[in-house]
Amino acid sequence: MAEHQLHPDNWVDQYADYLFNYAVARVSDAEIAKDLVQETFFAGLNSAKNYKGDAAERTWLIAILKRKVIDHYRKINSKKGKAEVRINYAASSDSEGDWIEEQVADPFSQDGDNTLENEELGSAIQECISKLPRKQAMVFQMKTIQGMSTEDICNELDINPSNLWVMIHRARTALMGCLNDNWF
Amino acid sequence: MKISCEEASHICTKSQYKEASFWEILKLRLHILYCKTCEHYSKRNGTLTSLCDRAGLNVLSKEDKESMKKDLEKRL
Repeated sequence: MAEHQLHPDNWVDQYADYLFNYAVARVSDAEIAKDLVQETFFAGLNSAKNYKGDAAERTWLIAILKRKVIDHYRKINSKKGKAEVRINYAASSDSEGDWIEEQVADPFSQDGDNTLENEELGSAIQECISKLPRKQAMVFQMKTIQGMSTEDICNELDINPSNLWVMIHRARTALMGCLNDNWF
Repeated sequence: MKISCEEASHICTKSQYKEASFWEILKLRLHILYCKTCEHYSKRNGTLTSLCDRAGLNVLSKEDKESMKKDLEKRL
């Protein structure tokens, strides 16, 4: 039997956030990202019979999502005027007439590095969250990522504040252990 | 004023969300003065908070996930 198996009924709970983060980082639009994740799940379902079990489920789904992101850019590019290449001296009309020297890349800027590093960090955290027990993961995400108030979370999940803090505490301790020491 | 390490670490977690009271913070600070283990733990806990902020994580809302599940189930 193959090493890995697919469990489509768990996909949304286990991978939706992970895939969503990956997509948002690439298309920078939450709505489009959501659609891409949904399409990824559908595509995964359609080609489930081709899944050989070599790769973990998550890796397999990410590979599909990658294709979806590429397709997305192809689509929007084909909508823009075809075979039309426009090069503007200045990206916005505000800076029209400014010296071109001002537009070279700032050698001291670390924006690019930071974006890449933060993206890597994001997937590392997501991966660790997905290893937590489900309820802990849920509470941690509601509190930390969605920034919900303690009271709202308690009402929604029908737990008391001390339960909530115990769960968050365990989740955080586990995350500290799971995140590679490089990050600390 | 003296608290156990367990209590200290719980206050530390609360304070990551700015939900520890003034007295709790005071007790935690005092504890950290003489407890190296908790000092280390607090540092890591703080780092985890800034890491989470820096990563700019997003999550799908519960409603979005529910509707995704429903759509997926239709095709199963």
